[in-house]
Amino acid sequence: MIPAPFDYKRASSAAEAISLISEYGQDAKFLAGGHSLLPLMKLRLASPAVLIDIARITDLSYIKDAGDHIAIGALTRHHDVEYSSVLKQHVPLLAHAAGFVGDPQIRHRGTIGGSIAHADPASDLPATTLALGATYVVQGPNGTREIAASNFYKGFLESDLAEDEMLTEIRIPKMNGAGWSFQKFNRRAQDWAIVGVAAWRRGTESGVALVNMDSTPVLATSVSAAIASGSSIADASQQAAAQAHPSDDNNATAQYRTHLAKVLVRRALETASA
Amino acid sequence: MKINITVNGNNTQADVEPRTLLVNYIREHLGLTATNIGCDTSSCGACTVHLNGESVKSCTVLAVQADGASVTTVEGLATNGVMHPMQESFMQNHGLQCGYCTPGMVMAAISLLNENANPTEQEVRIGLEGNLCRCTGYHNIVQSVLACAGKK
Ligand SMILES: Cc1cc2nc3c(=O)[nH]c(=O)nc-3n(C[C@H](O)[C@H](O)[C@H](O)COP(=O)(O)OP(=O)(O)OC[C@H]3O[C@@H](n4cnc5c(N)ncnc54)[C@H](O)[C@@H]3O)c2cc1C
Ligand code: FES
Ligand code: FES
Repeated sequence: MIPAPFDYKRASSAAEAISLISEYGQDAKFLAGGHSLLPLMKLRLASPAVLIDIARITDLSYIKDAGDHIAIGALTRHHDVEYSSVLKQHVPLLAHAAGFVGDPQIRHRGTIGGSIAHADPASDLPATTLALGATYVVQGPNGTREIAASNFYKGFLESDLAEDEMLTEIRIPKMNGAGWSFQKFNRRAQDWAIVGVAAWRRGTESGVALVNMDSTPVLATSVSAAIASGSSIADASQQAAAQAHPSDDNNATAQYRTHLAKVLVRRALETASA
Repeated sequence: MKINITVNGNNTQADVEPRTLLVNYIREHLGLTATNIGCDTSSCGACTVHLNGESVKSCTVLAVQADGASVTTVEGLATNGVMHPMQESFMQNHGLQCGYCTPGMVMAAISLLNENANPTEQEVRIGLEGNLCRCTGYHNIVQSVLACAGKK
């Protein structure tokens, strides 16, 4: 399958990408790794008239220690997140979760920024960065703004990003030795999660987020509240789906998803607390 | 759009539509037909080639995205008629049956060993999760990769 025809433009800086997207407006889309967008275009589920290739903006591919947090350029590939020694040391949960995105070939192309901007609730990195309390930096024609991950996801494949804004950086607080776990339940290798859980814990503090349990990634705040008030892991994990509205699909019913979320949150917290 | 891609060490140039997929460029424009198309939906890995030395699924890369890059297909592995050790290992270990998945498997396996020269059997299995063999010949494929890594 070959996508419908489109014009192809290349940006060499964020400023150029934003001026191009402002020029072409609604008909244009950014192209990063292309591993969400190109499959949609091949199936004619998306047919942008103009693609603005941002993958060559090499100065947006980096992983930097910024003191209390790690700053990751939006064009950093999953592979580079997975193998980063800085992340393994300071945000091991993210490096580990990146290794579960698709397969090695997909991780050689797909980017963390593309994954977050695409806002697919079934993807691994939106929920993982949400659990970690990330801040996303976006740039538009009028400058940059910061959005807390907890305010970013608005609906299925919908985010707070305006059409002429580009995600440029992901900031993740250092985990400072917190325990962590990433649980991905799927039936076939390489697949998206039927349900997934990213969790960390440091004493009574914790962060727990769910993959594929709603139209957006879900921060399981009731679980963290229960842990903070001294509940056992078994009791806290019963709250796993309190903020979620899962739906039925070919892989699982909503009821089964709710069951999975409780089991996976329990396992994740047990590992994170060990 | 005019593109310039080094394929198996040779400089290639063409004027392509932006929607041309890398796999179609390789197969149809260059006539290098060893790289197969299986699923066409980035699931099976039959179309795996190396882009700047790393495995990618060429059905999900545009030729214009590979402009200026270096691509290696399975045709580019042998040197002076001597097969690459991974090709030799697939042959010695009966790592192929019908051969449809083989070009992609070999390219994925070489990329895997480039990143992890000393994998366990489990790491090989997980490392090849993006490649399907419809003959289900996985056992000998895994043995071939382990043998190439000197682990058998
Ligand atoms: C077979 C297969 C299996 C997969 N399995 C998984 C999986 O298990 N888990 C998982 O999490 N993901 C999975 N993915 C998705 C993969 O992680 C994608 O790489 C990722 O979701 C999108 O990143 P990209 O860089 O390829 O983005 P693209 O496809 O280039 O872009 C995606 C969308 O985001 C927009 N965009 C991209 N970058 C920016 C930016 N910086 N600012 C603003 N907008 C931007 C684009 O315009 C587009 O709308 C899979 C993909 C495939 C093909
Ligand atoms: S043809 Fe490209 S992954 Fe199947
Ligand atoms: S050998 Fe036939 S598909 Fe793998």
